[in-house]
Amino acid sequence: MSEFWKAYCRNRGAVVGLVILAVVLILSIVAPFWFPGSPWDMVQMPFLPPFQEGDAILGTDTLGRDIASGLAHGAYVSLLVGFVSTLVSLAIGIPIGAAAGYFGGWVDDILSRITEFFQVIPAFAFAIVLVAIFQPSITSIIVAIAVVSWPPVARLLRGEVMSLKHREFIEAAALSGQSGFTIIWRQILPNTISPVIVLSSMMVATAILTESALDFMGLGDPNIMSWGYIIGAGRTVLQQAWWISFFPGVAILLTVLAFNLIGEGLNDALNPRLSKRRD
Amino acid sequence: MLRFLLGRLVKIVLILLAITVLNFCLIHMAPGDPALVMAGEAGDADPKFLAQLRTQFGLDQPFYVQLWAYVSHVLMGDLGYSYRQQMPVSTLILQRLPATLILSITAFALSLGLGVLAGVVAAARQGRWSDSLISAVALLFYATPLFWMALMAVLLFSVQLDWLPAFGYEQAASGLHGLARAFDIARHLVLPATTLGLFFMATYVRITRASMLEVNRLDFVKTARAKGLKPSVIQRRHVLRNAILPVVTLAGLHAGQLVGGAVLIETVFAWPGIGRLMFEALQSRDYNTLLGVFVVSSALVLLFNLITDILYRIVDPRIRAS
Repeated sequence: MSEFWKAYCRNRGAVVGLVILAVVLILSIVAPFWFPGSPWDMVQMPFLPPFQEGDAILGTDTLGRDIASGLAHGAYVSLLVGFVSTLVSLAIGIPIGAAAGYFGGWVDDILSRITEFFQVIPAFAFAIVLVAIFQPSITSIIVAIAVVSWPPVARLLRGEVMSLKHREFIEAAALSGQSGFTIIWRQILPNTISPVIVLSSMMVATAILTESALDFMGLGDPNIMSWGYIIGAGRTVLQQAWWISFFPGVAILLTVLAFNLIGEGLNDALNPRLSKRRD
Repeated sequence: MLRFLLGRLVKIVLILLAITVLNFCLIHMAPGDPALVMAGEAGDADPKFLAQLRTQFGLDQPFYVQLWAYVSHVLMGDLGYSYRQQMPVSTLILQRLPATLILSITAFALSLGLGVLAGVVAAARQGRWSDSLISAVALLFYATPLFWMALMAVLLFSVQLDWLPAFGYEQAASGLHGLARAFDIARHLVLPATTLGLFFMATYVRITRASMLEVNRLDFVKTARAKGLKPSVIQRRHVLRNAILPVVTLAGLHAGQLVGGAVLIETVFAWPGIGRLMFEALQSRDYNTLLGVFVVSSALVLLFNLITDILYRIVDPRIRAS
């Protein structure tokens, strides 16, 4: 573990990423205590510029809502959607990729066609259609993001499993009478965990970007304050009140950057030989 | 080449067919009455109108009859009727398609050109400050929400500096013709195309840099160096030609993201393409138009993939030989 930690810390960007993530995490935890009121409440006069005397340090929006409070409460939503949708897409992509890689033949043919189909559909447009048809809610947003982002997981797993399945320890497990599913679950999956972790970190970043874009398009959960929603609401008054759209964007940028940097650090630490293979 | 093209076309038709079936399933899986979904009403639709829709689309018929009716309509180019805009969806989309094509092709060319160039420079100066700078900027663009970057570009270049127009496709009722009109459109294109392009440029920079460094280590490059070729010739003719292959592959994979990005960019800049149409359809709950745009944008992505596949074959002669 300490060796892993040392390798991770050698990447200075990755450490910065971890620090940013820690700040966002703490912000999402303390938000209800720091800003006890609802982020939807009017606290000040509308269009109050930032860095003035008074409560709203980052200014207020068109309805006098505190931007800082919106940012703090929105942190929780971004992280939640990012993590949960990534977990769901792992739950879809890992079984499909593992089955395709291990069983080969017609199973692989069918599963690979399905994966390819979902990969070719324009992801964001598909997510918009899904959320619009199933009505905007935090659940439909998470499901939509998961449905459009699992193909890379399946492809990664398929490749990893195919390269592992002719190794001696797998053949030994098969000879000892373990069934295909046991071999995949107990022997193969534990050996694919590091590239999956690296990919997941990048997927959380993409999921946060997608979630904010959906919110911006007006497809956010109407009951939940989110970063993308604040930017979308401030869009029409950009000329008069730049700060409404500006600060939430910085928050998204920093959070997404953090996950990308962490992904690179994990890649360096977990796959030292592959660490130059980045894209 | 002909057999390859034929095979790809069959595949494209099959995928489009599958997307149509998917669309049909979505309409029927949506909570509520499919007739309501098609009419795009929130629940106050005229019952007579709904009954007419039901017979027109055979919503009282068995499932497979409905599926066949829907799929055959779409394949004939009939994407349904937009009751909001009082116009067939296909007409609406055709009106908007040129603007989207201009925007996405410009952005794509820009991102690929600048991205490969910056990647080559970064690789050539590996470890120096210019390399770090290029990589850091690429990383930053890669993490920036596209719609926010677009808004900030409007704020800086249109509101503050007043250099470029912030919204629209051309000056309304300007009466410009020919070259003057083309110039006007180009001026409106600068901000949307640049913001859309910069996001993708970031990925191309990173992949070109990594790929150049990888090819640089290969034996045939050592041979070229040993022969005494000029470094610039080696970089251009030996390294870049091989290093560009993963970039082309990635560009093909990015076609879908480019379309998604166009939706956001067109929304911000009021660029009258199909992405903006999608946003308008969302605002007015016009599901027929929404699904129509979805089918057409998928077709665009498939077409784009086909073009990158052909490009790949031109760049890499080894595939042609086999």
